[in-house]
Amino acid sequence: MSIGIVGYGSYVPRHRIKLEEIAKVWGADAPAYKRGLGLREKSVPAPDQDTITMSVEAARRAIVRAGIDPVRIGAIYVGSESHPYAVKPSGTVVAEAIGATPEIHCADLEFACKAGSEGMYIAMALVKAGEMDYALGIGADTSQGAPGDALEYSASAGAAAFIFGRERLVAECEHTYAYMTDTPDFWRREYQFYPRHAGRFTGEPAYFKHVLACARGLMERSGTTPSDFRWCVFHQPNGKFPQRAASELGFTKDQHDQGLLSPTLGNTYSGSSPMGLSAVLDVAASGDRILMVSYGSGSGSDGFIWRVTDRITEVQHLAVQTREQLEGRRVYIDYGTYSKFRGKIRMGAE
Amino acid sequence: MRDVAVIGVGMNRWGELWEKSHRRIWTEAALEAIADAGVDHVDALYVGCMSGGLFMGQEHLGALLADQLGMGPIPGTRVESACASGGLAFRQAYLAVASGEHDIVLASGLEKMTDVDGGAATYALSTAADQEYECYHGITFPGLYAMMARVHMHRYGTTREQLARVAVKNHANGLLNPLAQFQSRITVEDVVRSVLVADPLRVLDCSPITDGAAAVILAALPQKGSKREPVKVAASAAATDTIALHDREDIAWLRSTDVAAAKAYAQAGITPEDLSFCEVHDCFTIAEVMVIEALGLTGRGKGGEAAASGMTALGGRVPVNPSGGLKSKGHPVGATGIAQVREAVLQLRGESEGRQVEGARWGLTQNMGGTGASSVVHIFTRA
Amino acid sequence: MIGSALYWREIPQRYRYEAASCDACGKIHFPPRLVCSSCRGTRFSRTTLAPEGAVETFTIIRVPPTGFTAETPYAVGIVRLDDGVKVTAQIVDADLDELRIGQRVRVEFRRVQKEGEAGLLCYGYKFVPVEV
Repeated sequence: MSIGIVGYGSYVPRHRIKLEEIAKVWGADAPAYKRGLGLREKSVPAPDQDTITMSVEAARRAIVRAGIDPVRIGAIYVGSESHPYAVKPSGTVVAEAIGATPEIHCADLEFACKAGSEGMYIAMALVKAGEMDYALGIGADTSQGAPGDALEYSASAGAAAFIFGRERLVAECEHTYAYMTDTPDFWRREYQFYPRHAGRFTGEPAYFKHVLACARGLMERSGTTPSDFRWCVFHQPNGKFPQRAASELGFTKDQHDQGLLSPTLGNTYSGSSPMGLSAVLDVAASGDRILMVSYGSGSGSDGFIWRVTDRITEVQHLAVQTREQLEGRRVYIDYGTYSKFRGKIRMGAE
Repeated sequence: MRDVAVIGVGMNRWGELWEKSHRRIWTEAALEAIADAGVDHVDALYVGCMSGGLFMGQEHLGALLADQLGMGPIPGTRVESACASGGLAFRQAYLAVASGEHDIVLASGLEKMTDVDGGAATYALSTAADQEYECYHGITFPGLYAMMARVHMHRYGTTREQLARVAVKNHANGLLNPLAQFQSRITVEDVVRSVLVADPLRVLDCSPITDGAAAVILAALPQKGSKREPVKVAASAAATDTIALHDREDIAWLRSTDVAAAKAYAQAGITPEDLSFCEVHDCFTIAEVMVIEALGLTGRGKGGEAAASGMTALGGRVPVNPSGGLKSKGHPVGATGIAQVREAVLQLRGESEGRQVEGARWGLTQNMGGTGASSVVHIFTRA
Repeated sequence: MIGSALYWREIPQRYRYEAASCDACGKIHFPPRLVCSSCRGTRFSRTTLAPEGAVETFTIIRVPPTGFTAETPYAVGIVRLDDGVKVTAQIVDADLDELRIGQRVRVEFRRVQKEGEAGLLCYGYKFVPVEV
């Protein structure tokens, strides 16, 4: 029985800040940062945007592509590390807004940047188990980077939503794989505003260990090699890590480029590889195979192999595409406005 | 229904009255009206107050103020219609006398707005609009009127300068009114360079936050041997329109004023051309422009030229807001409608100290709530 | 300041733009109500507002009410939707200097208010310019 994606959608906020703007304030060498991180600019959520608002818009686009009555969605999982409430799920607001209530399972997920892909996995597994006809998994974040910290150059905002089902698939899921350990590379304690990270430890023992192991495990289980894939998507905390992962695994630039959004989007955390996948689906052709590996600090990776179907060309233009939003009308802001938008200014009590 | 006249008026100097409580402010004005009328009692009192609860934490004003006057157990009624509370209180008092229910009635207005901070005052005022479908979205009163102004400017070519002329005129009149909050001349330049509040409206397009009260005494005609020349209420009318600006048929037309005024002109047996002067609700400069159109003083869409051309200045064809209007007299919300009546009465008595409209015969007051969801129009003449 | 019940009752309108059309004369009411403002009819059918429209008028709020300081300055407008209904809402993601009467806009889900640091997050509709 085939299980897979019936509809997908993404949301990219309109505002951007260039890395030079951030570097200027902290007296940092902008060109060096840009080269080192492989980033040029990132998206910034407006003060009225959060994980919930972006999830709603991404989900609405997924519903349009799926062509289903949202009331048939049997579960919703929003994965994020910036849920607007600590207690009260993002999923309930999203479900109400898309008209999927009241007969629907819901709980929010957290696993740093891989909460979104985990949400996708769980949603899909419920459909596979025959529990429901459709389920919705969303990855969305408006994560914060501490002022002056390296993460401030990359932490951005975005969302991608996927509706899973058994019929009218646009991409079938051929294999999944998970690789997870307890690895303290990046965390945020409760009540802290900004996360902390372990510097260079976030590389080899964290991101690369899990992404590479997951990708290799996935390919071993499915008996595939990089040449069996038309596209690959990796978690994108910056522009460099995913490119290195791709090349170490033996993927080409041509396979990797379409799904690599971070150079102009930044790191959308739980939205990262899901949004990369949505950008690939926007241009994929029937029969294309896609390898997708997420990464969440703490740490773990979810791997998926998708095979695109005939139906993909019917839906690609039904809603705005990911690169269309990324490259379309953008509003650039300065660091002061950025600070205001991101709540980094200590406001008076109201 | 009997004929009714205003036989006494009272008001205090309006402004930021830090040292006076609302009881003191109101009672001063009430006592002055009672003394002016030369009566020794009133049968009932009406008080217009938009929000004693939100501004002062005090409701039950009808009873409280009857108590303050030492005239219990007379009935006291607090009337609310947002910024038209005073005008509507006057109308209720008028109906009480006209119907024969009472013979001498105090109609008053009160608002004490400076005991709460700016944010709380703005919130209290915002309750005149649609809370869930206008205010929820972050619109303010200057914002609502700014949206009306933009339509008026776009459709009729009303200019930024024309709006400024309304404020300039009203401040010039206020200079001649010793009780006005602002006694300062301003220029068009001052207005157009003042701080933007909600584009295109600026601080000097907006009426202020004010503490104040006003009171008048109504009695049935004929009045034998009254202390003052009675001024007859020739017409009293009220009307409503949609609470939300977006539900209006025409965002740039004050239908409630049009409807109330038409009823009033018919009751009084006059037309707009007969008016000697008006006191209208210039909560914002654009409001005066739109009100005079709805009153039929100018054609629809033509209100912008009126202040600029001098038509509505003191000495013009039909002076509008000889008292200084809300803009310079101040706008203690519930008291405004009553102060308008007081001005009409003084003008018709010939007692308007320096801002007298020569040969005044017919005067109209127009008091309005919110963005025009309610309007109350009265016409006065010499008895 | 914002009661839970008060906020929750408006969810169908704020999240899903649910309106009511009068069975007798067809006028669409948003929010739904008991009596048609056009014909005084009392029977309605559920409908949903059109997602796009044009700016009828707007202003830019520079002196905000309590709770809106973080987004100041911001534009609020009256949008005439393609089904004829007019709504008041913020217009966002737009260049404030380029806003025009007649500009095409479409609805987007946004956070409209938040009650300080510990109160409710209140969502609803805003409008963004339609790309040309």
